[in-house]
Amino acid sequence: MENSPLFRSGHTACAGCGQAIAARLVIEAAGANTIVVNNTGCLEVFSTKYPETVWGVPWIHSLFENSAAVASGVEAALIYLGKKDSTNVIAQGGDGSTGDIGLQALSGMLERGHDILYVCYDNEAYMNTGVQRSGLTPFDTNTTTSPAGAQSWGNLRPKKPIPEICLAHGIPYVATASAGFPQDLSRKVKKAISLKGPKYIQIHSSCPLGWRHESNQMLPVSKLAVETGLYPLFEYENGVLTGRKQIAPKPVEEYLKTQGRFKHLLNNPEEIKKIQEIADNNIKKYNLKLEG
Amino acid sequence: MKEFIEGSHAIAQIIKATSPGVISAYPITPQTHIVEDLAKLVANKELNAQFVNVESEHSAASVVLGASATGVRVYTATSSQGLFYMQEVVFNIAGMRLPVVMTCANRAVSAPINIWNDQQDSISLRDAGWFQIYAEDNQEAVDFHLVAYRLAEDKRVMLPVMVCMDGFILTHGMETIDMPEQEKVNKFLPPYKPLYKLDTAYPISMGLLADPDYYMETRFAIQETMKESIVYLSEISKEFNTVFGRDYKDLLVEEYQIKDAEKVIVAMGSVCGTIKEVVDEQRAKGKKVGLLRIISYRPFPYARIYEALKDVSKVAVLDKAVSLGAYAPIAVEMKAAFYGKKKGPKVISSFVAGLGGRDITLESVHEVFRRLNTKEVNFDFIDLKPELLKEEYGE
Repeated sequence: MENSPLFRSGHTACAGCGQAIAARLVIEAAGANTIVVNNTGCLEVFSTKYPETVWGVPWIHSLFENSAAVASGVEAALIYLGKKDSTNVIAQGGDGSTGDIGLQALSGMLERGHDILYVCYDNEAYMNTGVQRSGLTPFDTNTTTSPAGAQSWGNLRPKKPIPEICLAHGIPYVATASAGFPQDLSRKVKKAISLKGPKYIQIHSSCPLGWRHESNQMLPVSKLAVETGLYPLFEYENGVLTGRKQIAPKPVEEYLKTQGRFKHLLNNPEEIKKIQEIADNNIKKYNLKLEG
Repeated sequence: MKEFIEGSHAIAQIIKATSPGVISAYPITPQTHIVEDLAKLVANKELNAQFVNVESEHSAASVVLGASATGVRVYTATSSQGLFYMQEVVFNIAGMRLPVVMTCANRAVSAPINIWNDQQDSISLRDAGWFQIYAEDNQEAVDFHLVAYRLAEDKRVMLPVMVCMDGFILTHGMETIDMPEQEKVNKFLPPYKPLYKLDTAYPISMGLLADPDYYMETRFAIQETMKESIVYLSEISKEFNTVFGRDYKDLLVEEYQIKDAEKVIVAMGSVCGTIKEVVDEQRAKGKKVGLLRIISYRPFPYARIYEALKDVSKVAVLDKAVSLGAYAPIAVEMKAAFYGKKKGPKVISSFVAGLGGRDITLESVHEVFRRLNTKEVNFDFIDLKPELLKEEYGE
């Protein structure tokens, strides 16, 4: 990849970080006329350690959970200054800062109708603090606060359905994407910023450290999440499902066996069956199966 | 122009006169009348601002943070639990050196829940890096908001300002106020020109991670600015007097009958009106008593207070707040102001009064003077009801 003027080289993300690649794709798709508001998290830490920054666009970080609200203020100020039509506003954060501690601020931003694209980089746990489970951690995942043990298979509940929660706000655009499908991701960002109003994109972003896979496995692991139906890629425009990535579904085991966080499940057909059911439900719900 | 007007209504009018670009607030008693009025002004196109109705105080503070960083003048108002809920953002705003102005309609804090006035809310946020100036009456509350923007946006300062006004007593009180004319406001308060802002024409990053190699200097810088601002407050006050003809001296303290005083009460906010009445009454009887009113709680004017009270023998500090487990907040500062100094009061006694809206009456103030004797007292509460303290508990 060539050096990007909007997300420059030299940041301190781990090798193979899905979020670093996704964040770069997002800002390159959005372009230079964009202001980025970032929650606290890995992305903020590895991209802006004083006195350095990778960002070639105006960028602000305030706190862990308030990027949606800070971005609302940025947008309101741009409207006041008459600059909103020529400036995109992106608020972004990880799954914890978006779907747990920042859910209220996000809901407020959506409900008020701000012209902002919210991007959630979903690596399915609090990675910046050392792999603690979040509301978006998948069922049965082994994390430091949902450890598998004598009476536990890991995280007790399935992922909190943030895209559906956003959809319920009646906003113009909701999509999921994956760092494993860069063109699809770029297209969705471009689509989102072309629409006025609040938009939400949730990007499955692999974390080699937290998911426990080799750093050169970011792409295949990310792809398998989609290809098994565990991370369905879809887009809704004005509440209508207008796009989905169709797949020839692979068994979930193929995905689970690539990562240490699921290692404890591999000799347990009963638990794997439960996870297969989650994938099957997604496949049915979003009609993901390729015809023929 | 003189108007007989409710405090909150007057605050909304003066905020309108400062032409903020973005206002954001979440309703909480007794702040509500201020933001209702502002919403109405925006709805009626009398004020060209973006009014952002948020889902919480945390977001209200975050919205004005974002808007201020984008280079426009901003305003928010809150109270009590609302201030506590936005506390994290309050500290953040100061650390980012954003000139946000906020009204705190002072109110007691939970539990028990209580909507009435004291000053525990703002005082609990004294370490946040905000200026805190306390109004005695609504003329001051109005004028101090103009001072607040001038101070906050001063290139030498670039720090947020909290204008504190006692809930209900001031916010809902009717007074005749000399409302500043727009023309004079424009003269005193030029449009806000940010030093830095989020602008695609000149991209910068704000709110970076500062590791141990860099963090401490940012806090030191704020502390230095606070210290230096003692002088800026005087300068701004002088200019205010030139334009509006009201003289707030150094904007740090007000001395009331303390030249030859033997007993002085130190207090803050609207209670000072009551204290002045008692002082007048006592003076008429030949008693040498006075009042030192603190206007600027942050920065705390130690040197100024030393000068004012170094020859007074007995000082009573009247706090409308309490630091549970320690001396009362203003009392701590007062004792610090004289510690190790050549001169100073022999007695600095501390009294807590008026919590949760309990009236501080003329008699309460008399009681403070009565209890101010040669024996220093601390942790002393005024107007407690002994019958409520007798409750017995089960085994």
